[in-house]
Amino acid sequence: MLEIRNLHVALEEEAKPILKGVDLSVEAGKVHAIMGPNGSGKSTLSYVLAGRDGYEVTEGSVSLGGEDILELEPEERAAAGLFLAFQYPVEIPGVSNMVFLRTALNAQRKARGEPEVSAPEFLKLIREKAAELNISSEMLKRPVNTGFSGGEKKRNEILQMAVLEPRMCVLDETDSGLDVDAMKLVANGVNALRDAGRSFLVITHYQRLLDHITPDVVHIMVDGRIVETGGPDLALRVETEGYGDLVKSVA
Amino acid sequence: MAVPRKALAEAKRLEAETLLAAAPLPAGAHAGWARDARASARSRLLEMGAPHRRDEYWKYTSPESLIAKDPGEAAPRADDADPFDGIGRTTLVFVDGVFAPDMSDDPAEAGVEIQPLAEVLAADIHWARDLFGVLEAAGQDPVSRPLATLNTAVAEAGVAIHATGKAGRPVELRYIHRDPGSDVFLRTLVRLEPGAEMTLLESGAAGARFNTCMEVSVADGATFHHVRSQGREHERRAATALFARLGAESTLKSFTLTANGKLTRNEAVLEFTGDDAVAHVAGCAIGDGDFHHDDTVFVTHDAERCESRQVFKKVLRNGAVGVFQGKILVKPGAQKTDGYQISQSLLLDEKSQFNAKPELEIYADDVQCSHGSTSGSVDETSLFYLRSRGVPEAEARDILVLAFLDEAVQEIEDDALADAVRAYVADWMERRRG
Repeated sequence: MLEIRNLHVALEEEAKPILKGVDLSVEAGKVHAIMGPNGSGKSTLSYVLAGRDGYEVTEGSVSLGGEDILELEPEERAAAGLFLAFQYPVEIPGVSNMVFLRTALNAQRKARGEPEVSAPEFLKLIREKAAELNISSEMLKRPVNTGFSGGEKKRNEILQMAVLEPRMCVLDETDSGLDVDAMKLVANGVNALRDAGRSFLVITHYQRLLDHITPDVVHIMVDGRIVETGGPDLALRVETEGYGDLVKSVA
Repeated sequence: MAVPRKALAEAKRLEAETLLAAAPLPAGAHAGWARDARASARSRLLEMGAPHRRDEYWKYTSPESLIAKDPGEAAPRADDADPFDGIGRTTLVFVDGVFAPDMSDDPAEAGVEIQPLAEVLAADIHWARDLFGVLEAAGQDPVSRPLATLNTAVAEAGVAIHATGKAGRPVELRYIHRDPGSDVFLRTLVRLEPGAEMTLLESGAAGARFNTCMEVSVADGATFHHVRSQGREHERRAATALFARLGAESTLKSFTLTANGKLTRNEAVLEFTGDDAVAHVAGCAIGDGDFHHDDTVFVTHDAERCESRQVFKKVLRNGAVGVFQGKILVKPGAQKTDGYQISQSLLLDEKSQFNAKPELEIYADDVQCSHGSTSGSVDETSLFYLRSRGVPEAEARDILVLAFLDEAVQEIEDDALADAVRAYVADWMERRRG
């Protein structure tokens, strides 16, 4: 599904290398987790995948379902089925959540040459998905993420994911700022979306999210590279031993 | 800059003379009080002088083209969309400033009493006597507003509206512009009796140059809603003035949408005279290129527990210029005043410009007043967020512009009207997306 080959990325402004040769292959239907200490490049990877400005890919490639996506605009990547759940979802006062989601869904459908979803169809769809995530109709009417609690923002990200139905979901520190109950709700939302045609890349600093979203493969990223890859037990090892030894092994 | 004060005063007086000489003396019969009001306006105008770009009050907007002999030319737009699409209303049409009864709805169906200005000014006994030129004259302190005084002296067309109960539907004054060189003066008088309610809509460019003045008396417990759209003609110029006096527990909400226009100066002068009243003035201006838009607002709190809000948003690009001058004056004894003022601009490029002059002057000790002014560009993080969800860049930018404007649009009380205005703005944005 997602193929990252020898990816080198630098910050555009400072010409400072952040990713130094990332190789990663996420198969269809699988959940991969990337763990790593602060500053290892995890969030940069998520932004580069989604196409944010300010990063320069100096080497390597990224393909989604066999198509090179590095030359695509962020909206084209979204239409191709990539979704990034933001670590810090953005507040957009003045745009209702509902209008935002319908605009996004129809823009993607239009880009793929599919018919737009009518207002009643959309209402039915969003009500159903929102109920599963315990999102009230009041929250749907409110402006996007505006005045939402940390938990509400993250649930709203998962709601967008559920409505847009991407095939490749990248979750950037979705657990940050969440208490246990909120995390369970978010994890249940993610688990409900797991299926054979959909892949996940779960980026997290802590192992605890992985108690609720069980990964198939765990990668450890240190200093812009994947330094170790293993099963779910690798996450547990990091949890007990910390990143110390892994960081040293790179140094 | 060294124009001696005396020479400037003389220049302003001469210019005022020229203005009065150029405008035809109002024809038609005038009752004694109306004649006096006209004469008073003429002498007051000569005394205060014409507006001059050296005036502090005209620091950011040159009044020259508003008082020049030649009103300039503006190509009329026949295809202008209806900003109040879908809203049931009684419409009165003015073509180049002349009432067009055959294009208008029957004013008798409006639910309020509507009379032509000429008829009102000819009546010996009329409620307009306490309003015409009265609020305008009262609003001349501490800064003079000569364009409104000129209007009192010369405007012949317009309507007087008297609301005694709750009007069933809005009244719209629709200003159609046909003559590319028309120089239009209109006067509107509105009186709301205690407990009365009405919505007044205005739309259209009116003329190549438009000078309009509205005086509104909102009695105790009455509610006045005002929504206007100033027409999308690129070359038009307009100077508008709204003078309102609010009684106890009354409400006034005024919203103005300005899309296009070479020059627009919108003044609002509001005064609270009774306790527990609410006045909101808001505006959205969207300008592209040769566009200069000025909101000048003066709110006087002279009663207790009144709430005033000023919410002005401007989206500017390709060298468009926005100006905001807003003042809240809290007089001694106007305790528990709640005053809020925000003016913001979204500058879509580096060529555009926004000048803001927010002022608070407070002589009471138990009040809550705040003001803020910002200027910025489209937030890149928000833009990326929208695009990452699949919204194409141009559309995402428009969404953020509309979102920026929405705090002002929300000041429109009626949801259907607010939605009509949103749709109109969205349409404007889409046309410009190309």
